[in-house]
Amino acid sequence: MGKPNSYENILEIKNLQTSFFTKDLELKAVDGVSFTIPKQKTLGVVGESGSGKSITSLSILRLIEEPGKIVGGEILFKGENLLKKKESEMRNIRGNEISMIFQEPMTSLNPTLTIGEQIGESFRIHQGLSKKEALKKSVEMLELVGIPSPKKRVKQYPYELSGGMRQRVMIAIALACNPNLLIADEPTTALDVTIQAQILDLIKNLQEQLGMGVLLITHDLGVVAESCDVVAVMYCGQVVEYADVKTLFKEPKHPYTIGLMKSIPPHDQDIEGDLEVIKGAVPSPAEMPTGCRFAPRCPFATELCKTKMPELQTDENGNQIRCWMHTDEWDGVKDREVTVHG
Amino acid sequence: MMEPLHSMDNNQTSPSNSARSKRWNDIFYKLRTNKSAVIGGGLILFFIFVTIFGPLFTPYSPNTQDMVNKLQPPSSEHWLGTDNFGRDIFSRLIHGTGLTLIVGFSSVALGATVGVFLGIISGYYGKRTDSIIMRTMDVLLAFPGILLALAIVSVLGGSLVNVIIAVAISSIPIFARIVRSSTLSVKKLEYIDAMRALGASDRRIIFKHIFPNVTSPLIVQATLSIATAILSASGLSFLGLGAQPPTPEWGAMLSDGRNFLYNAPHVALFPGIAIVIVVLAFNILGDGLRDVFDPKTKD
Amino acid sequence: MIQYIVRRILQTIPVLIGVSILVFSMMHLVPGDPAQIMAGESAPQEQVDNLRERLGLNDPLPVQYFTYVSNVVQGDLGNSIRSGRDVGDEIGSRFWVTVELAFYSTILAVFIGIIAGVISATKRNSFADTGIMIVALFGLSMPNFWLGLMLIQWFAIGMDLPSWIPFLENTSWFKPSGWGSFSQIVLPVITLGTGSAAIIARMTRSSMLDVIGQDYIRTARAKGVKERIVIYRHALKNALIPVVTVVGLQFGGLLGGAVLTETVFAINGMGRLVIDSISARDFPVVQGTILVTALLFVFVNLLVDIAYKFLNKRIDLD
Repeated sequence: MGKPNSYENILEIKNLQTSFFTKDLELKAVDGVSFTIPKQKTLGVVGESGSGKSITSLSILRLIEEPGKIVGGEILFKGENLLKKKESEMRNIRGNEISMIFQEPMTSLNPTLTIGEQIGESFRIHQGLSKKEALKKSVEMLELVGIPSPKKRVKQYPYELSGGMRQRVMIAIALACNPNLLIADEPTTALDVTIQAQILDLIKNLQEQLGMGVLLITHDLGVVAESCDVVAVMYCGQVVEYADVKTLFKEPKHPYTIGLMKSIPPHDQDIEGDLEVIKGAVPSPAEMPTGCRFAPRCPFATELCKTKMPELQTDENGNQIRCWMHTDEWDGVKDREVTVHG
Repeated sequence: MMEPLHSMDNNQTSPSNSARSKRWNDIFYKLRTNKSAVIGGGLILFFIFVTIFGPLFTPYSPNTQDMVNKLQPPSSEHWLGTDNFGRDIFSRLIHGTGLTLIVGFSSVALGATVGVFLGIISGYYGKRTDSIIMRTMDVLLAFPGILLALAIVSVLGGSLVNVIIAVAISSIPIFARIVRSSTLSVKKLEYIDAMRALGASDRRIIFKHIFPNVTSPLIVQATLSIATAILSASGLSFLGLGAQPPTPEWGAMLSDGRNFLYNAPHVALFPGIAIVIVVLAFNILGDGLRDVFDPKTKD
Repeated sequence: MIQYIVRRILQTIPVLIGVSILVFSMMHLVPGDPAQIMAGESAPQEQVDNLRERLGLNDPLPVQYFTYVSNVVQGDLGNSIRSGRDVGDEIGSRFWVTVELAFYSTILAVFIGIIAGVISATKRNSFADTGIMIVALFGLSMPNFWLGLMLIQWFAIGMDLPSWIPFLENTSWFKPSGWGSFSQIVLPVITLGTGSAAIIARMTRSSMLDVIGQDYIRTARAKGVKERIVIYRHALKNALIPVVTVVGLQFGGLLGGAVLTETVFAINGMGRLVIDSISARDFPVVQGTILVTALLFVFVNLLVDIAYKFLNKRIDLD
């Protein structure tokens, strides 16, 4: 779009903090998250629900609503801090340079507007097109995302489309203005398995065609393995492990990551067998442990883990880990065998 | 308690007694901390207090005429002034408080009893019974607003008792509808089928299992209906079809004031304010109860 | 859709039959002899007997009912006891006065109610929201006949204004009675519309809050849509769907409420006709007026239901 090319990373988040405020409590939903998405690459953010993934993505677009608030950090998009932008400047970025697709295609489209009106709105806002031109472009977009007979579809209402179709429409809306960054928040969770693969392929193909960065939020490591370049594993509002996808799958370091991996069924087996699942549940934000947040559920946790929060350590390759086991202060059993798919 | 069904009452699908009492404790706690419920409930308690003890302390008797001092504006002698017969408006308002509450409570109690009965029968038995009852309710609902009560009073003749009957009848359909839909949703639950399979009588199922589940929407609606009932009843009295003179009924007092708007506006002003506050109290309480009983409709 | 309309129209038939039975029975439920009541209490026996014969009151009830319905269908609502005129003629122009009153009041209520509700919802928990909701609660709790009297006192009789206000000496801006000119219409319409405005405001607010929390509103924001357009293009349309049903019910309620308003403002509409006829025990007129009002209400509800179905078609999520 003719903007200076002085940045290396499409998105750089530094120490992002987003909290929700109740009468007398501050709940830190995102607590010091940092990560980077290089140009045209895909970053996967993985974690259970409640880990702060979705809040992180909404923070990037500054769509956090009361009583939530971004309280600290930087969000550098193409080198510029989004948190310093005016609301009107943010509006020019939303749906134009950064787009987002959501988990629930069934409820994410406006039931009283036609498909064409909803896709065309992006063109009208950001490119100032007329109603007619916008409709024409909408037809093209529907074609791009692989919806048959698009000329008929633009005149229809969402209730006339299936879930998979609606998610394609969401993608069409998101990609309408050729964004530099696409945030996909669990784009396939609500869909059938066969449709899931189609949608992921579609996103991947379009990424190559359009050359955008993608932030893919998911709880499904299988999806990560197939689509991502770099992965951030989040737990309770923090990044606990951050690595390129090969390293992560070859040598997962954090016990939480290992736990997540053990809970994916191997491809060649039926899901009926015992999947190893991480015991316990994510602690509620109001009762966050003082030490490592994963300690209450961690099979390796020691007194140190329970009392003191580990720092995020960065190795020579730039991979990061937040775990006492990988520090010199570790006071537990050192050479414990850690296996995946054991 | 000796029936074989006793064990069914305590299994997981049917809310056990302790779970139910915990639920009520929970509700009382929420009511105490709900601003609307406290304000509305407090006001109503105040009016009940006034009803019981007020008449003992009024400065004048409500019906004593004093033609020398008629249509006096508020003064230290007559706090809210006097009406066209020189009667003390403050004393009349106090004496009329009970009438207002009684009309509100009794017409809703009557209407709700019939409505709940019809609603449960309709929802529980379904089919033809249901369609006959619900079509009848539709007919009653076809007379908009105060018109049904008006028609009934025009037949029965104007008196406070007839007003209560008329207002009660016009409040039946809403109770029948609400209770019917709750009954239908409870009836769908599996344990009701199980109970029936185990041979529980319809009456037992209705009283032990269906009725407790319709109480919360019922309480909310009853409170809001009292507000409407008071408005309708005072309207009928205002039209001269309700309480007959010299009863200190607020709507009738307002009607007296109509003719003196030019020189003595206070005669119409104060009874109106009294009605507004009582009705407001029931509406506020109703809002509060709804927040507590049915949190999903809250904002 | 056409199927739905046909079914909905068929559904009103039992209601119409029920309404006619109820209105028909009014005459017979009144304690005493209908013929005696109609002829007047002091009428000689012979006259009463004649009347009874003429009105077919000696026939069995089902026959009487059938005659009544077939007369009504042919537009014959009977004759007034007081004036001897045809009831249809008695109602005549008064019908339109009441419809006009209820219609203007509905328009006012919808207009004010929706604006207030939207402001309240979008500025949730603000000073404006609290203020609007308190006013709405009062609007809901006020007897409209009292509001009417107060409006007459303040703006028809009027109060003297302080001398520093130029041109205006007092607030007697409107007329306290009658129907027709603008200055006669304003106060009754406010009187009748206030309660409905309050109900619509509360309803719009909660419906709007519900819609604002929906996923598709977030989608619109993520698209870069301006907040004002999010509210008016994306949210309001959806939020108004449930409000539509209430508007129909309100219009009907206002037809009933017009009785009180017409009495307060001495407006010659159907409401006042009913009241006057009740006190004169002119039952054919009472019956006719109530029947006409109920039929009108049923008809309006039919229209609203069809409109609602039409709007709601897009919302069905299945």
